[in-house]
Amino acid sequence: MPDIFYVLLRRMRTPLVVLILMYAVSVLGFTLIPGMDAEGKPWHMSFFHALYLVSYTATTIGFGEIPYAFTDGQRLWMMFVVHLTVIGWLYSIGSLLTVLQDPAFRKLRVEYVFQRSVKHLRTPFYLVCGYGDTGGILIKALADEGIKAVVVDKDENRINELELSDYIRRPLGLLGDAAKPAVLEMAGITNSYCIGVIALTDSDQTNLMVALTAHLLNPDLRVLARVESPELEANIRSFGTNEVINPFETFAGRLAMAIHSPGMYTLFTWMTGVPHEPLREPLFPGKGLWIVAGYGRFGKALHSRLQGAGIPVQVIEPDPQRAQAPQGTLTGLGTEAPTLLQAGLRKAVGIVAGTSNDADNLSILMTAKELRPDIFRVARQNQRDNGIIFDKADFNLIMKRGDVIAHKIFALLRTPLISDFLDAIRGNDDDWANLLVSRILGVTTDEVPYLWEIKINKARTPALYKSCLMQTVTLHHILCDPREREHLLPAIPLLLKRKGKVTVLPETDTHLEVSDRVLMCASYPTSHDMQWATQNENVLHYLLTGQETSGGDLWRRILQNR
Amino acid sequence: MNSEKVIFGFFIVLALTLNFGFFIGDIDSMAHHNVYELFAAIVVSLIATVLKFGDRTHLGAIFLATSLVADLQLIVAAFIWGYAAHVSAAGVDEEAAVAIVSFSGGALLANIISVVLLVAETMTVRR
Repeated sequence: MPDIFYVLLRRMRTPLVVLILMYAVSVLGFTLIPGMDAEGKPWHMSFFHALYLVSYTATTIGFGEIPYAFTDGQRLWMMFVVHLTVIGWLYSIGSLLTVLQDPAFRKLRVEYVFQRSVKHLRTPFYLVCGYGDTGGILIKALADEGIKAVVVDKDENRINELELSDYIRRPLGLLGDAAKPAVLEMAGITNSYCIGVIALTDSDQTNLMVALTAHLLNPDLRVLARVESPELEANIRSFGTNEVINPFETFAGRLAMAIHSPGMYTLFTWMTGVPHEPLREPLFPGKGLWIVAGYGRFGKALHSRLQGAGIPVQVIEPDPQRAQAPQGTLTGLGTEAPTLLQAGLRKAVGIVAGTSNDADNLSILMTAKELRPDIFRVARQNQRDNGIIFDKADFNLIMKRGDVIAHKIFALLRTPLISDFLDAIRGNDDDWANLLVSRILGVTTDEVPYLWEIKINKARTPALYKSCLMQTVTLHHILCDPREREHLLPAIPLLLKRKGKVTVLPETDTHLEVSDRVLMCASYPTSHDMQWATQNENVLHYLLTGQETSGGDLWRRILQNR
Repeated sequence: MNSEKVIFGFFIVLALTLNFGFFIGDIDSMAHHNVYELFAAIVVSLIATVLKFGDRTHLGAIFLATSLVADLQLIVAAFIWGYAAHVSAAGVDEEAAVAIVSFSGGALLANIISVVLLVAETMTVRR
């Protein structure tokens, strides 16, 4: 039996004993006190009648139905019973309410309900530690995609926010410190349906602890941890098969990519986009001098990336000594016109406001706009709540740290093929990326392209699996429209993975084999058409041969015999 | 001496003695069985049950189980009596009497187990 039940029973011991005694005394009194029947003869109430009388009196229902009129002795006792039972009930119910309202008891109850819900989960789920900016975006994306998640956060307000959210598959939330293994165990880290742990808390130490706990309690678990310091990053990578995400590196890397190869950046953004997100137009920042304001951890990472890509950078930093800024760094905040002009705003092609203060970032870019209305402005947005004014300020590019990291993790979770694809294309140049971007623009609507994986196996694509065993099926066949096979579905096969070997943009005449995995890219409705063909034998038969069949076994046998 | 232990032991032993007092006598004659004694046995048994609430040890669980069995047996006996006396046309005849007393006999067995457990537990504590 659960703890909570024992606690309730133990606390209710005295009130229950009081209730039993109260009933016993009242009933006994009525059986002992002599009454009088209709003829005036002495009469004793039986236990049955006495219990009946006390039952309706104690519950304040008071029928007033009695076998005979009461004697004065019985009336006296009745008076006593009425008050006794009312007080007894008030006391018992009062005690029960006190126990139920007790904060410690409520905490126990919430934990019990949570634990039971986790235990009853019958679908694979991810355990997400930390429900901040990044966690919030990730959880929403997972919920929209129909992937179950369990959230642990030590901030009560955040957990309450989660409880009030209107997701269709609402994630389970637990208030607790993820650094404590007991909390993680309660959240289902040892549950056989748990497929991965994502540590996104603000503290590196906590994330390290989560990764360690996961490795020791459930070694097969996939672990993704957000870590800011390089030492801990190496530490977490040293045990188990963990994936580590350094928010500053990831974020700066993405921004640098936007500046030096915008086509690739657009491709990356789309590939890691959350489904149904509106599509953003590709950007074309110019080549030339870039000004970077702020040389913190983010500024450093960005500076080294841009230097690596051969782009000249002018850094502005209020305290170059302490920040160990490079030679030629201008001292100043960058919010005032003279500093910006001195940094070469007149001849620069773009400016990045990359401080950790949103107000400073806004102010830098507003000043820059006053001086050079045509300059490419990139803003770093730190707080999610400031989104309204950042959107209104009309910058060329807004980099939201939470978004970038959450999207990256989401892409990693959705299908491993996406990261295979992104790894494979990393070496390609920007022109190649621009070509693919325009091809994708041709097949998608005004939403981010939908990516999905076709895995040829018995469980997920039964029809395709069977056909691949018996005859030759090419990629072209499944790209045909199941309604009219002369037409092609607007979809692009991005990647084919066969026995660990990866082919980017496979040709349509490629033969498909069992256990191949294909990453497809199209609009969301198209994905349904294609899934129809891979799962329904009759539809696939039509695509392969052009003949329509009815699915009956008998009919098929007759056709075979003929 | 622990006053909680005294009260606990008192109610468990009292439940057994009252139950025994009611049970003893001819099985088919209600003259040998006192209604107040059954009432007292039920009340004491209920209190003993409540006192056993919240003990999470294995022994505590068995204590609670035996007590619940005794409660159930005694309440059924009382119900049969009430039904026979007030609702049934035959009244408290021999058949009803046998049923009432044998049910209380079952409760007696459960109460004996309770007391045996209590004694066994006491024996292990050498203080």
